Amino acid sequence: MEHFTCDFEGGAKAPQTTKPFVVVGVVASSNLEIMAQPCDLGGKVRFEVSTTVAHFEEAWRAVFADFIERNQPRDVLFSINDFAAIPPVVSLRLDQAWEGLV
Amino acid sequence: MPDKQTVRAEKLAAVAKVFGPGKVIPAERAVEFLELIIRSGDRILHEGDNQKQGDFLAEQLAKMDPKKIHGLKLALSCIGLPEHLDLFENGLAEVVDFAYAGPQGARLAEMVANGTVKIGAVHTYVELFARYFNELRPDVACLVSIEADAEGNLYTGSNTEETPALVEATAFGGGIVVVQANKLADKVRRTDIPGEWVDFVIESPKPFHLEPLFTKDPALLDETRILMAMMAMKAIYAKYLPKVLNHGVGFNTAAIELLLPTYGEELGLKGRACTHWALNPHPTMIPAIESGFVETIACIGGEVGMEAYVASKPDIFPLGHDGSLRSNRFYGQMAGHYADMFVGATLQIDPMGNSSTVTAARLAGFGGAPNFGAESRSRRHLSEAFIKAGAEAHAGESMPQGRKLVVQMVETFQGAGKPTFVEQLEAWDAMKSAGFALPPVMIYGDDVSHIVTEEGVANLLLCRTDAEREQAVRGVAGFTPVGLKRDHAMVANLRDRGIIQRAEDLGIRKSDVSRDRLAARSIHDLVRWSGGLYNPPSRFRNW
Repeated sequence: MEHFTCDFEGGAKAPQTTKPFVVVGVVASSNLEIMAQPCDLGGKVRFEVSTTVAHFEEAWRAVFADFIERNQPRDVLFSINDFAAIPPVVSLRLDQAWEGLV
Repeated sequence: MPDKQTVRAEKLAAVAKVFGPGKVIPAERAVEFLELIIRSGDRILHEGDNQKQGDFLAEQLAKMDPKKIHGLKLALSCIGLPEHLDLFENGLAEVVDFAYAGPQGARLAEMVANGTVKIGAVHTYVELFARYFNELRPDVACLVSIEADAEGNLYTGSNTEETPALVEATAFGGGIVVVQANKLADKVRRTDIPGEWVDFVIESPKPFHLEPLFTKDPALLDETRILMAMMAMKAIYAKYLPKVLNHGVGFNTAAIELLLPTYGEELGLKGRACTHWALNPHPTMIPAIESGFVETIACIGGEVGMEAYVASKPDIFPLGHDGSLRSNRFYGQMAGHYADMFVGATLQIDPMGNSSTVTAARLAGFGGAPNFGAESRSRRHLSEAFIKAGAEAHAGESMPQGRKLVVQMVETFQGAGKPTFVEQLEAWDAMKSAGFALPPVMIYGDDVSHIVTEEGVANLLLCRTDAEREQAVRGVAGFTPVGLKRDHAMVANLRDRGIIQRAEDLGIRKSDVSRDRLAARSIHDLVRWSGGLYNPPSRFRNW
């Protein structure tokens, strides 16, 4: 297992929901589970990743940057439990989680 | 050198001398028989494709004595059996001409590299069949049938596939036709091949192998495939409204088939698009057929387990007077070639949109995709899809033309760390190692109209320069090295012009991307949709 956290400067859109959190996906082979929580991070977005596959932090960062560019979120904490999902699956799940908050 | 008819007469006389008159040869004396009709240097055509395999005759051929017979030229659609390559290892055969080598692709690559096998050429199916009538005229064809009678009449049934093309080339080309049949019947169920064209029949000790290649389990469809399917349906199916379609064998198109009754209905496709198909009887088409989407299906082959369901739809499937399916690969390929749209998949795509399933380690060949997935340069003026695509592709040219839609639908990664998008196809390496004059490309970039990935849809018809085309490909190549090397400004421009469309540009919410949208979520669901008529092979049954 590898664990890491990364923070990104967020965009203009804050979560609109009163829900405390949203969960999408499942921890199954080639898949992942993402919990998204509205959270005051001073405009930042935080990703806490636990993954079965080590040494891919750079790829994760590219997927996160692309997600932020696409959706312009701010003040969200994403907690990710990954079981070897490929980048497109991660992108899809992040979008699904974010759509649950807005 | 004696002419072919003289050689043929000599061979037939040699068989008659040993086996007596008549066309029926006992299975246990097959090797002795084959050594009488095959001479060194003969071109042997063996019937086997991605579904049915003449496995008994392949085993017997491999047992022939290489001291007596060698230098054979093998020609076949699919190098699917270990025995096909044993012919080379045993010193019987020298050269092979083929279309597809799926299961034996890795071993073939090895044997080509060490010089055991010489490849004549890798062909498209239609290209290979066409050459059987000219420079690859067979001396002996070893074919496959379900039933045969003593006169040589054959019932080839649902999986007739290429038998008619191979028989025609051999029987009228001075060659000898030998058939392994599952059963010797007093009277065949239906005459698919007339006995006059068949020289010998052998009742095989066991039925020939038949691969359920077109059965895709809906349980294995994940949400990225559903996302891709929804984007393809909205950006391409609903835009051009193609009426005549060919779908490839993969899971991406299976997802579309299962979304037709749900998302396709929402998009208003029913009756306006997807009415006619060149397709094997895909089990995943059952919900669309039952929902009234489909008027006709031209079958390239059959599919194990679909027999009773197909027989219940005489207006949709090509049935004989006996009520069972008749397929034909040559004609089916033509039906698909002249369709409005082809949608398929591949293993590698380069930045100009060229694609191949041949990699350095696997000489897989291509099968049906190159003819299905090629611009047909048709002359039709009646197809809305064809006219609309042509208007985009040939805008501003002095001679207006239509255009076939050729869609490549791929996930950006084939598996962890194996990108689909590559700067250079491994086909170039295969060209060198196999000594080809050209890289074995499956579908050329200029044939492709659209590329669909998880990241979006690229419309290559609207690209006006090579640089635009390259950025359109990179712009949907996701997090692969090819995708990461994109020019962001150019990709943004292509997106503004609708050349690249993302899910959000198409109004598709990611939270709507769900397996719940599939009309069937398991093989068992397909059986229910079929009213119990679909009888899946046991390996697909988990209930």
